[in-house]
Amino acid sequence: MIEIRNLQKSFGNKEVLKGVNLKVNKGENFLLIGRSGAGKTVLLKNIIGLLRPDSGAIKIDGTDITQLDKAHLEKVRLQFGLVFQSSALFDFLTIEENVGFFLYQHTNLKKSVIRKKVTETLALVGLKGIEDLHPYELSGGMKKRVAIARAVIFNPKILIYDEPTTGIDPIAVDKIVALIEDLHTRLSITSVVVTHDLVVGLQLADRLAFLLGGKIIFQGDKKDLEGSNDQRLIQFMQGSSGGPIKEMEV
Amino acid sequence: MILLVNFFRLIRYIGKVSYFVKDTFYWLFCKKRNIKELGREIIFIGIDSFPLVTIISFFIGMILAFQTAYQLKEFSSEIHLASLVALSLVRELGPVIGSLIVAARSGASITAGIGSMKISEQVDALEAFGVEPIDYLVVPKFISLLLCMPILIIYADFMGIVGGYLVGFFKFGIQSGLYFRMTFDALALKDVASGLLKSLFFGSIITFISCFEGLRPFSSIDVSKAVTNAIVRSFLLIIICDCILTALFYFIWV
Repeated sequence: MIEIRNLQKSFGNKEVLKGVNLKVNKGENFLLIGRSGAGKTVLLKNIIGLLRPDSGAIKIDGTDITQLDKAHLEKVRLQFGLVFQSSALFDFLTIEENVGFFLYQHTNLKKSVIRKKVTETLALVGLKGIEDLHPYELSGGMKKRVAIARAVIFNPKILIYDEPTTGIDPIAVDKIVALIEDLHTRLSITSVVVTHDLVVGLQLADRLAFLLGGKIIFQGDKKDLEGSNDQRLIQFMQGSSGGPIKEMEV
Repeated sequence: MILLVNFFRLIRYIGKVSYFVKDTFYWLFCKKRNIKELGREIIFIGIDSFPLVTIISFFIGMILAFQTAYQLKEFSSEIHLASLVALSLVRELGPVIGSLIVAARSGASITAGIGSMKISEQVDALEAFGVEPIDYLVVPKFISLLLCMPILIIYADFMGIVGGYLVGFFKFGIQSGLYFRMTFDALALKDVASGLLKSLFFGSIITFISCFEGLRPFSSIDVSKAVTNAIVRSFLLIIICDCILTALFYFIWV
């Protein structure tokens, strides 16, 4: 479903991605882990076409999106639902307008129909009665849920979560993890979860990849992970400051 | 060497802004506008600017009347105060002062608003949901400024004339009827037209610079820099553009 070959991306002199190779299969819950600042978000933004790579290929269902023009890329992008690290809810819109944003922008559905759909989707993520509130009136956990509702309302083929549990309390983390699992099962979509939180990640993942120093140094399922002798991976899993991963190496 | 580097930076900046202006005009004609979104922008950019424009234009009119009277007193010609205040305001000070007020108030706010959206990933979110940020964020502001600026400038002219009138009436004893007759006799259609044309150019400068700067930041520190840049560059461009337009109108309508 998603195949990435030798992807490279730099910002000025800083090389962030140094030849990433990755494969995500249809219908799986895929986890991308790595230290903070490792370039996980940059990789993710390349996958959905928000950033253009310097070189390499990103194939979505066989189509290399790095070769597409803006109009075609936009069509491919609409297959993705994206939950941003900061939730990225639009401050100036109500929750209803946020969750129904895609429908308001890309369909001619009546406001009443969209509102009904928004209410249903909010119920799917465990929220109700907040349609007329604004994002600043919600807690961090609720914002994440609203962001998830906004991402799933148009039935995307692939759902991408960027650090879905960052900045929220442990109870809210547990609820978000349960929600991601539940949505994956109920909606039968491919999910890609990007996180530095291994505990959360391992709860969710069918397969996972570890990004370090701009490259994928591990890719496999949980059994492969347990059997791995890579000291860098072991250090990361143990959360130890001593080991082959140096402070400057992200 | 530093001069050369700065020169190339300036050329690159002009190039980027030119592309931005081209994209804005492309999206301007691409789809039907949402009246609700436009209304929101018109209220913020236009209607909310009226109190500040009222106060500043009124006092500018009074100051201008005092300064003009100071000169005219030498020739015992205070009666011409009305004509000079009206001409100065309508041709020059109204559009320039009005635009500087809008650049400082609305332009700064536009840059800060878009900049905050940029660093909190809301601009990325727009793109992720298949919405072009220029189309969604810039074009409604551009249309609103084009609609609001001429009205604001006419209003600024009017308030300035009222300020001048109060000075003329209470300080120099010029009768109301005479003051307003002198005001309107002095003004020709071309004076009003040149002021309004200027306001459209200045409104465009404010939109393009404020939005362009707003879409550049990568961190919260960048947002404050972007706001400063937006105001300083808008001010500079408004004054440069005013000089060019004034010279142009002088040769066309002399």
